Amino acid sequence: MLPSRYKELLNDLESLEQSERFELLIEFAERFQPVPESIATSPYRVENRVPGCESEVYVWNIPDSKGLPKWYFAVENPQGISAKAMAVILDETLSGESPEQIAQIPQESIYTIFGRTLSMGKGQGLMSMLGVIKVLAQRSL
Amino acid sequence: MGEIIDMAQAHKDFVHPEKIVSTEWVAEHLNDPSVRIVESNEDQLLYSSGHIPGSVEVDWVNDLNHPIRRDYLQEEGFQELASRIGITPETTVVFYGDKSNWWACYALWVFELFGHTKAKIMDGGRLKWEKESRPLTKDKPSIQGTDYPLPKRSEKAIRAYRDDVLAHLKVQGKLVDVRSPEEYRGERLHMPDYPNEGALRGGHIPGAKSVPWARAVNAADGSFLSQEQLAAIYQQECALSPQDEVIAYCRIGERSSHTWFVLKYLLGFENVRNYDGSWTEWGNLVNVPIEK
Repeated sequence: MLPSRYKELLNDLESLEQSERFELLIEFAERFQPVPESIATSPYRVENRVPGCESEVYVWNIPDSKGLPKWYFAVENPQGISAKAMAVILDETLSGESPEQIAQIPQESIYTIFGRTLSMGKGQGLMSMLGVIKVLAQRSL
Repeated sequence: MGEIIDMAQAHKDFVHPEKIVSTEWVAEHLNDPSVRIVESNEDQLLYSSGHIPGSVEVDWVNDLNHPIRRDYLQEEGFQELASRIGITPETTVVFYGDKSNWWACYALWVFELFGHTKAKIMDGGRLKWEKESRPLTKDKPSIQGTDYPLPKRSEKAIRAYRDDVLAHLKVQGKLVDVRSPEEYRGERLHMPDYPNEGALRGGHIPGAKSVPWARAVNAADGSFLSQEQLAAIYQQECALSPQDEVIAYCRIGERSSHTWFVLKYLLGFENVRNYDGSWTEWGNLVNVPIEK
């Protein structure tokens, strides 16, 4: 079963026209806040880097008071707007969710988020962001 | 009417100064009806997040690629695109975009396949425009469709197919491999941080010189190096001459269209072609020569 907020977002996006989808994704990107300095400072450690993502994205999993994951990101590309949108989506829909459910999210769901017109390169990079979250969730089990 | 030359770029001494304009020039021509500003990016959200006022978007996947085959749009498709973005054969089209104009050069190259050579690049692209705090808007312009005559796609002069590359090899023709040094050496089959787009063999086309495309730009603002700096790389270091026939390639032909632009218009190489099949074709072909 998909985490509820993630599933809700996929349902919302599925019904949108491309221009409405882009508008919503841009709103996500505009809410992007880089990882707080209390957790990490630039230059970030290579072990936090998302492989296969051309925007140079870093991710941290800091468990919350209930021991559930809270996701933080850094996007080291001022024009990496898709990566920022994805980072906000992952934080807003998957922080506080059970690692078991996160680990089961299908990789292809990024095409429901960004649409089928994603280039292969960009699609794989965004898929890697989700992939790393899934691996880190799995490891925390 | 003569070609427009932006004198703000004159200090760079490019061989074809008419092919490049500055951000200042664009800022002064936002309302010029003879000019259409076109943004072309890798990141599909960028244009909608804010673009140069009055500019339209040309997307390389949706607008320039053939919907089914590995090819570009056909003549009717270009006619439709040109009409939709409101240009005529007399319109000066100025391209800009992310990644130091890598996709802008790709779009310009495709436009030139259809003979629309009144096409220029805005030096520095989106990065320079943003760094100079110039205006961006989310408003999409209302474009009056035009009646663009059916063009003829004429590829011979600027596009190379695999058989052209094989013939070029037979006469020891010059090649420029614009991928990363790791890709050139066959240590990886895709550029750093990008996923593998499927080539079975690694390495480079025999005899190709390795010049990663981004060596041609200033990383700080995405603008092109000067003619003198570019000549030091391509002519002195790689011993290429503007009289040589040269073929540039990368992985799928996009990075090499940036180098194609540099060689053809900034350095004045008369015979330079882009092999858009590039490594995703060559690295999968049976029994073609490969060097590591």
